[in-house]
Amino acid sequence: MKVSLSWLKKYVPINMAVSDLADALTMAGLEVEAVEDRYAYLDTVVVGRVVEVLPHPNADRLKLCRVDGGDGIVPVVCGAPNVMVGMKAPLARVGTLLPSGTLLENTVIRGEASEGMLCSEAELGLGHDGSGLMILDGDFQPGVSLKSALALSDHTFEIGLTPNRPDCLSMMGVAREIAAIQGVPMNSPVFSLPDAEGDIGALASVTVEAPAHCPRYTCRLLERITVTPSPQWLQDRLRSVGVRPINNLVDVTNFVMLETGQPLHAFDFDNLAGHRIVVRTAAQGEPFTTLDQKPRRLSEQMLMICDGEKPVAVGGVMGGLNSEIEASTTRVLIESACFDPISIRKTSKALGLNTDASHRFERGVDPDGTLFALDRAAGLMAELGRGRLVGGTIDEDFRNTDPLVLTLCVDATNNLLGTDLDRDRMALLLESIAFKVKNGDKNDLWVKVPSFRVDVTRPRDLVEEVARLSGYNQIPITFPALPARGTHPSSMMVRRNKVRDILSGFGFSETINYSFISAESCDRIQLADDDPRRGHVALLNPISEEQAVMRTTLIPGMLEAAQRNISRQQNSLRLFEVGKVFLPQPHLPLPLEKEMLVGLWTGPRLKAAWHTQEAACDFFDIKGVVEGMALSLGITELSFTALPDDRCCYTRAGHTAQILHGGKMVGIVGEVDASVVDGYSLRQTTFVFELDLEMLDQLLPDDKQMAPIPRFPSTARDITVIVDHEIESSRLLDAVTQFGEKLVGDLYLFDVFAGDPIPEGKKSVSFRVVYRSAERTLEDETVNEIHHHLTHRLITEFGAALPT
Amino acid sequence: MENTIERIYAGAMEALASATDADAVNDLSTQYLGRKGRITHYLRNISSLPVEQRPQAGKRVNEIKRSLEGEFKNALTHLANRSKTVTDRIDVSLPGRAPKKGSLHPITQITNRICGIFSQMGFDVVEGPEVESDYYNFEALNIPKNHPARDMQDTFYVSENVVLRTHTSPTQPRVMERQQPPVRIIAPGKVYRCDSDLTHTPMFHQVEGLLVDRHVSFADLKGTLTAFIHQMFDDRTTLRFRPSFFPFTEPSAEVDIRCVICRGKGCRVCSHTGWLEILGSGMVHPAVFENIGYDTSRYTGFAFGMGVERIAMLKYGIDDIRRYFDNDCRFLSQF
Repeated sequence: MKVSLSWLKKYVPINMAVSDLADALTMAGLEVEAVEDRYAYLDTVVVGRVVEVLPHPNADRLKLCRVDGGDGIVPVVCGAPNVMVGMKAPLARVGTLLPSGTLLENTVIRGEASEGMLCSEAELGLGHDGSGLMILDGDFQPGVSLKSALALSDHTFEIGLTPNRPDCLSMMGVAREIAAIQGVPMNSPVFSLPDAEGDIGALASVTVEAPAHCPRYTCRLLERITVTPSPQWLQDRLRSVGVRPINNLVDVTNFVMLETGQPLHAFDFDNLAGHRIVVRTAAQGEPFTTLDQKPRRLSEQMLMICDGEKPVAVGGVMGGLNSEIEASTTRVLIESACFDPISIRKTSKALGLNTDASHRFERGVDPDGTLFALDRAAGLMAELGRGRLVGGTIDEDFRNTDPLVLTLCVDATNNLLGTDLDRDRMALLLESIAFKVKNGDKNDLWVKVPSFRVDVTRPRDLVEEVARLSGYNQIPITFPALPARGTHPSSMMVRRNKVRDILSGFGFSETINYSFISAESCDRIQLADDDPRRGHVALLNPISEEQAVMRTTLIPGMLEAAQRNISRQQNSLRLFEVGKVFLPQPHLPLPLEKEMLVGLWTGPRLKAAWHTQEAACDFFDIKGVVEGMALSLGITELSFTALPDDRCCYTRAGHTAQILHGGKMVGIVGEVDASVVDGYSLRQTTFVFELDLEMLDQLLPDDKQMAPIPRFPSTARDITVIVDHEIESSRLLDAVTQFGEKLVGDLYLFDVFAGDPIPEGKKSVSFRVVYRSAERTLEDETVNEIHHHLTHRLITEFGAALPT
Repeated sequence: MENTIERIYAGAMEALASATDADAVNDLSTQYLGRKGRITHYLRNISSLPVEQRPQAGKRVNEIKRSLEGEFKNALTHLANRSKTVTDRIDVSLPGRAPKKGSLHPITQITNRICGIFSQMGFDVVEGPEVESDYYNFEALNIPKNHPARDMQDTFYVSENVVLRTHTSPTQPRVMERQQPPVRIIAPGKVYRCDSDLTHTPMFHQVEGLLVDRHVSFADLKGTLTAFIHQMFDDRTTLRFRPSFFPFTEPSAEVDIRCVICRGKGCRVCSHTGWLEILGSGMVHPAVFENIGYDTSRYTGFAFGMGVERIAMLKYGIDDIRRYFDNDCRFLSQF
């Protein structure tokens, strides 16, 4: 809502500095978002005195003038017919930005220098007259600023109104607040209607068929009206708040709406069939062309203003092209109505039409202000259109007119606010914004709510008025009297943070990617046709196709992040993300939200340095990250086995492991498939892991229990066996563990080798077994015997051979 | 006689001072302390002294002997150290083999900081779903369908009654439904609005707070948020509570802080107002309690919500909100 101070001063004296007023309004809940000096563009315009006028040698219509601008004489080329020596006129200096958008510069016009411009009223946006220079009669010294010479001073405020304050969508509403802030009374506009002839009831009729949508409909009729441009004062008022003047009738409806907050509509009475108004809901699919010349289809919910035959306006939203005021209009029916806010909002949303009128109606207009605005407009139109007012008013009123009276409990108010205001003070505050207050029982106040405060419906609303008018700054600062207590952050959160810390400790940077992805991502990461992750939660109104569905995997977002980095020459990346995926649940309204963890590693494991050569990362680097993380979390039982080729989608077959716990898959780790790498333009081998964080969370031990430190020395023995290439090494280790030999302490693999002299299709696997007893130092014979036994079991189970 | 031993001692010290290598010191040692050395010789001849002088002279000679033994040893150590030549120097200025540094996203760090401060004040941290029913996101919070307040937030819809939550506020009714007062919670998380331009991303992060009990006042809200801001920024940060409107609180307040960049003088970050809008807050609206079934005559409460991106921007001087989700590693690695 834009207001101008000069306009506001019509209703309330303003005795505060502009910036103080802006602050005070902000602190009263009317946030002043911008303050503008309306005449700032005139800062470089001064009073100039023409000291010489000579004909232009190269142009008949132009003259060469020399103008005293106060600080020297400047040459100005001027085309105005009324320029003459000795006259004073506005001199716009170089640098002035005229309302037309022209920026004045030093120029040469037809070979003659011009350092400024002598201006007309119209050129300065100060009036209609563009026929000649604006003559400045008066005792002005050349060089005096035009603003001070003409006493041009006005500021506009852009007020960011919250939806609960439709009463302030008007000059009078804002003036009321300013009056309360300053502790002075406000003045409503005083006007009288001209003598009327005839009776509107004999000429026009109104039928409201949908009173629920239209609780009140009033109108007045004017005849013999002349449509003309509005007078300067009215145009200036409208322009000051950014409304374009159109003609005297339309301008009056806008002016009165801005003044009172009541939207009005003016119909060309002679275009209303049967001189009737019927207020009804639309028929489904009814066609209608609004004032903006757009054809529209209406629905049954929408309220239409119709004449005897057809719709003429979408009630409270926009008028129709068929009953618009035109230059030839002579009879005008002014509508001032009160529409149901919800109905207006639905219509405005459905049509995608947000107008000044619908904005006000959907927030609620003053139901008691309908007639005031109607009469105000009728009076102005009669005056400005030199027309005749037809006697009487049509007023179809279906409202329940009982004013609302609320009880405000002074003690409860003070308790809620933490204040110590007495009853009289609260009464005074409420009265300052037109609430009627009486002392009630005990320490209560009975408060009659003014009709324009449609937002005030319960005592708490009054508490808010008391709080904001007495000032939030006046409310003391205390601390809630609550017992101190320990808090328990959810275990998921603690563990999520632990994962983050571990991975950042491993050199990974945390990313946050958008939760929405493109549906196409599923194809890009090659998900199988029947992959459940193809079932998306889709947005009805996405910003773009790229962000149209909720992600079911974190992989696409992560690959896109890698792509952006690589395209910027950042190709050594270690990234991870913790975030939710969204899986639709049949028969349930909300999807399952599951927390996942994704990691990505691409580029060198080691960068070239003085002590080492660059080495690319490989599968075992990223697998090591998963293992290291699990170990840090205290999860010891993870196993890794090849993911069957037909289940590899975005990872490379033969280079992908499923991560298992007790036979359940908790995630995968692998190399990104070459065609996915190409699809995302990654240009380099990339490794990823994706883990179900919630499954991982269930594996975490609650508490750690210390195991005794071995007291006796251990003995190590190595085994090398030659097995089929297809046998996963981890199976050999698992087998040794499963043999259940109590004295086997640690077990680790230290070499795998294929190639000569190992036969084709075979590999040798070497691992070390550490034997240990908690009771004694083991003797060599004991160890040798067990070791021999283990070796032979391996040979039997895996068809292994010993190296020769 | 006594004179003589002191002279021998002084002579030995003098000679030691001018000895420049270990051989010279060893020679001196032999010369004075050896089997035929002067001190040894003197000691042997002590019996030639009168009986009454012998104990004292003996004591003194032994003192001198021990002193010289020490001096010769020190001199040898000193000379040995001085003559050691270093042949295997390393260039300690070469870069070390540092493990690669990882980083936590600035949003994570600020969220943890906010939650940490409120945890210390006794708030439990809770979370809620990001795809939310219209009921929890709007209706339970006193934002009925077709209410202009819905325009305050551009909503992503999944279906007529399911939305991407537009704020973390739905955690309020969700928590209150399963718990009687007192309630003290803080709820961080992602939120979504269909708005994407220079200063808006369609996804961002908020932290919600709610406190409900008997006798909770607006003054308590001011105190709690003041304590929070002082910990988050610093104790000198001035706050301003300004009337505003949220359907689920009344009275409602926007909380501005004195610009942390210019300290209120006016700068680009605060749009030359000297103030930064940092959070929204208010006393829980009785309609919200009525929806939940809390006794409005018994309980009052306050709620607040803040944008994490905004606070992170101020804390870290981040100039463009889109950086957060672009995930350029040169950005991420700075935190």
